[in-house]
Amino acid sequence: MADDAGMPLTLSTLFSQPQLRQLAALALAAAGLASAAMAAAPFEDSIAQRTLACTACHGAQGRAGPDGYYPRLAGKPAAYLYSQLLNFRDGRRHYGLMTQLVEPLSDAYLMEIARYFSALDLPYPPPAAATASASALQRGRQLVLQGDADRRVPACVSCHGQAMTGVLPAVPGLLGLPRDYLNAQLGAWKTGQRRAHAPDCMKQVVDRLSLDDLNAVAGWLAAQPLPASSQPAAAGPVPAPGAITLSCAGVAKVGP
Amino acid sequence: MKKLLTLLAGAAGVLVAAAALVAWLNLRDEVDVDAPVAALAASDSLLARGAYLARGGNCAACHTERGGAAYAGGRGIATPFGTVFSSNLTPDEKTGIGRWTPAHFWRAMHNGRSKDGRLLYPAFPYPNYTQVTREDSDALFAYLGSLPAVERAATPHALRFPYDSQAALAVWRALYFKPGVYEPDPQRSAEWNRGAYLVRGLGHCAACHSARNALGASSEALDLAGGLIPMQNWYAPSLSSPLEAGVGDWDRQHIVDLLKTGVSPRASATGPMAEVVLRSTQYLSETDLGAMAQFLKELAPPAPVAAPAAPAAPAAMLTRGAKLYEQHCAQCHGEQGRGVPRAYPALAGNRAVTMPETANLVQIVLNGGYAPATAGNPRPFGMPPFVLELSDSDIAAVLTHIRQSWGNQAGVVTPLEVNRMRAASVR
Repeated sequence: MADDAGMPLTLSTLFSQPQLRQLAALALAAAGLASAAMAAAPFEDSIAQRTLACTACHGAQGRAGPDGYYPRLAGKPAAYLYSQLLNFRDGRRHYGLMTQLVEPLSDAYLMEIARYFSALDLPYPPPAAATASASALQRGRQLVLQGDADRRVPACVSCHGQAMTGVLPAVPGLLGLPRDYLNAQLGAWKTGQRRAHAPDCMKQVVDRLSLDDLNAVAGWLAAQPLPASSQPAAAGPVPAPGAITLSCAGVAKVGP
Repeated sequence: MKKLLTLLAGAAGVLVAAAALVAWLNLRDEVDVDAPVAALAASDSLLARGAYLARGGNCAACHTERGGAAYAGGRGIATPFGTVFSSNLTPDEKTGIGRWTPAHFWRAMHNGRSKDGRLLYPAFPYPNYTQVTREDSDALFAYLGSLPAVERAATPHALRFPYDSQAALAVWRALYFKPGVYEPDPQRSAEWNRGAYLVRGLGHCAACHSARNALGASSEALDLAGGLIPMQNWYAPSLSSPLEAGVGDWDRQHIVDLLKTGVSPRASATGPMAEVVLRSTQYLSETDLGAMAQFLKELAPPAPVAAPAAPAAPAAMLTRGAKLYEQHCAQCHGEQGRGVPRAYPALAGNRAVTMPETANLVQIVLNGGYAPATAGNPRPFGMPPFVLELSDSDIAAVLTHIRQSWGNQAGVVTPLEVNRMRAASVR
């Protein structure tokens, strides 16, 4: 990467000018808070101190990085975070920086890190305003809430919870994630860059959808606000008779 | 015409003689795999010993694919000559070593030759393993034979011509490999000899900690004087030089602590060494680690060279570096670079900071990293990556500031050095 990354330019294509100013103000405020916290915090023998290597990119307390590529960690189900850490370590997800960081760590320690971020209950920022066309948003909404029976695609909410805030112990929520991140992940599943243990239900879902559909899902999800309770649901919805079901090894109970 | 024929015949004769010499050099001390041997009784203690030795040699690190079955091979080892893929060491009859005898295994360790007679690439560090005793080789083989068999066919090596040919490998071996057993030095203690055997043999420390020549051979296999690890862009520092990672003046226990836990009052392990501690040395007994420590303490330091005084950095660079240090580093490493014991290394007087080779410094600032999570230090602290936050010139400035502050007197780090490392990092 060169000294001056071109990221702000791509942002301007995604957001209108007033939105961009708002976003910049937010980012500055967040950066200010973060650096104030950095300067003020003395050394403490804590898990927060130990995970400064994580929050450098994922934002203070794992609230998400400012650029849309480093997702929020705070409040995600612990088993989900833990299995993602293992996925990076064991080559089912690919990002050199992550792999290198988790490589020398033990399963028990990775679980402790996952539990720490999972237990952080922090407010979410308001979602970015939708930029997709009305028809794309409509298609996205339909796929998330109802699925597509013709393509044998279940509704996202049938696994990720009616409130889309995830389901314990291992299914992540879908809200509070930037569109770029969602698109990158769905695209990575499509190309095989991101995997879960087989049978990988997300791979099956993504393979049955077109890129336009995936983009529609990401665009709609990224524009939804969090409900009053952003906690993951304790149990998944009961499938309706005849509902499309998939088997997912990635969300089986995991632990060190 | 007659003259030409004589010349051709002469040339052919020289070639045949050279080929014969290479062949003969490749067959020195060859193991007779057909010699009858009494079968080893696979006792629990033999298997435990083999398991311990497999840890000591860190066999699984190379012979396990990322996320794959342990010891089933398939990991690519990048070399300047192409990629070598590790083999399946599980007892699968078709794809592993299920049909090998202890003598075949011993020949691989001692002579670098596979069951079918093929010469093995020295990415498998048999120039070191040749020193392993037959007894230890047999224990290792017995342990590998007790693993669950995994069917995983070998991935073919992806080496460039001419390195992909057995003939080239035979020439390489004729030049740089000689089978040998560890010869105890009667002038030294039994402990020193045990340490030397482990460091030089199974531990294959020289595979990283010695420089390699243009053909990938360690210039002096046993000198441990430091070397850049090919393709990884990490520098394995000299284990003998007091200016690098020499431990002549260390408390013995601190050396043991470093190898056992990954941290010590004098240094901590990161990068490739973190992996070595994580998978290998933390499992070695205090006695063996003590022996290795004793051997390392007694390594002869190189003759001191009067290093030219490092040129002072431009004032603007130092000012910028100091400001960046305050913003990004001081919180953990301290205003005076003193660090926090067992959490963040001191930077003042730290040889990892001041040694001439700066690859590791740049790596750690770009990519961050954790010390290994070991039984003795299960919850290590970590360094954040700065690859996304700081530019090449920022990193050069802050590293130069660190190398020239609090009594440190090392040279400037240039933005070009940072840029090369950034470009080589795999995302």
